Amino acid sequence: MRDIYINGLGTLPVGEHWETSLRELAVQAIQAALKDAPGLKPEALFVGNMLAGQLSHQEHLGALIADFAGMRGIEAVTVEAAGAAGGAAVRQAVLAVASGWVETALVVGVEKMTDKVGAGTTAATASAGDSEWESVQGVTPTALAALMMRRYMHDYQVALKDFAGFSVNAHANAKTNPKAMFHNTLTADSFVKAGMVAEPVNMFDTAPEADGAAALLISAQPAAVRVAASAMATDTLAVHDRPDLLNLRAAHLATHKAYQQAGVGAEQMNVFELHDGFTVFAALSLEAAGFAERGAGWKLAQGAIGLSGQIPVSTFGGLKARGNPGGATGVYQIAEVALQLRGEGGANQVMGAQWGMAQCLGGAGATAVTHILSKN
Amino acid sequence: MEISRHWRLQQQRYGLVGEVCPHCSEKIFPPRDVCPHCSGEAKTPYTFSGKGEVYSYTTVYDAPEGYEGTTPYTVAIIKLDEGPLVTAQLTDVDNGKAEIGMPVEMVTRKLREDGDRGMLVYGYKFRPQLAVSV
Repeated sequence: MRDIYINGLGTLPVGEHWETSLRELAVQAIQAALKDAPGLKPEALFVGNMLAGQLSHQEHLGALIADFAGMRGIEAVTVEAAGAAGGAAVRQAVLAVASGWVETALVVGVEKMTDKVGAGTTAATASAGDSEWESVQGVTPTALAALMMRRYMHDYQVALKDFAGFSVNAHANAKTNPKAMFHNTLTADSFVKAGMVAEPVNMFDTAPEADGAAALLISAQPAAVRVAASAMATDTLAVHDRPDLLNLRAAHLATHKAYQQAGVGAEQMNVFELHDGFTVFAALSLEAAGFAERGAGWKLAQGAIGLSGQIPVSTFGGLKARGNPGGATGVYQIAEVALQLRGEGGANQVMGAQWGMAQCLGGAGATAVTHILSKN
Repeated sequence: MEISRHWRLQQQRYGLVGEVCPHCSEKIFPPRDVCPHCSGEAKTPYTFSGKGEVYSYTTVYDAPEGYEGTTPYTVAIIKLDEGPLVTAQLTDVDNGKAEIGMPVEMVTRKLREDGDRGMLVYGYKFRPQLAVSV
């Protein structure tokens, strides 16, 4: 297989873009990525999206965005895998270029969350779970995370305050990221006092859903950042069908496949952009990726995940504070790792970063996509 | 209205009818015709007792469309006596009063409604086991 590189990237500020439509968000991110890689002409477009059909009454995004981005005629398709859609779209672009059928692939992750508000949006996000056996019971993504978190706290004797470090770190990093949704400091004290969304998940435990778009140009032309591994795996869609609720099996499989492809392990990683849509997912992701023993992922939040810590996570704010634009999130995660390896992290730079990993989760971990990037 | 979507699940929703695998004898709910334990074909119906215990639970304050009328409500993962886990709302228990390990039993209740004139969807919920029913 030939070597694959990230040649260009573009990300929009995450937030409530009332004045900007789904297609405009996508086009703006694409233009930023094209500007970052002058001379490259994409032959294929992969769109990562989760909810446009339900929230914007718009499917068929491949053809739509290719047209509005001025690329009428090129191959284009939407990739959907709930919150892992962006990561899955990047993987499709990597496969396309690796195959030799495509020289330059463009990926855009885009999500327009704010065209609907309230219970309608919650019902749409709940469709990432099993509609016949979970969602029909009024179960939301937050409720699924809460069911896992409650059991985690019960089995490992962990308190709510022990998860605070994940959200506090995310807010601290978002503060210096102009593209982040939140720029306020969060203290551990406010974390434990926040209002409940689905006990024990509270307002400061869960990531805000928001609009956003991010784009990447991927090709075999050498650039500063190489894609050292790209792997994907699945688990049961319904959480109750898992033999072990506290093992993110898809994340474990995808990460270990990726380590094998790249020929490195957890100990080489300088940056880990994990899925911190809920703090318990951050803890379980660290365990699944081999940074902590089972039941010990939460301990890393007590001082090991900062920009100069043992394993920096959510270095630009993560889902929690950069914001969670659904199907775009995975592309943000991968773009942020690329920025770290280019040394373009600004105030958020992890010094001397050579290897970075991005792990995207869909639903309650039913899909996991892991990319390992290295500094070329 | 999605009538057929709910109608075809009536046996599972009202009677907790799942399957038993003829190869490895594991009990399966919901039915899926392919055993998740041994991957063999499993089409033999099996009716669950409806008894089990709370494995985990949460109270939902931010409900999706169709469920706003009953917010807040408690949702649990129930470990059925026969083995499988199911996700279901708890009923006849105050929010916040559930506990991991609490014995529960299945009852039939209204799950959701689609506006004033829409369809009502019924199905299983679980309540604390009554002493008389033991």
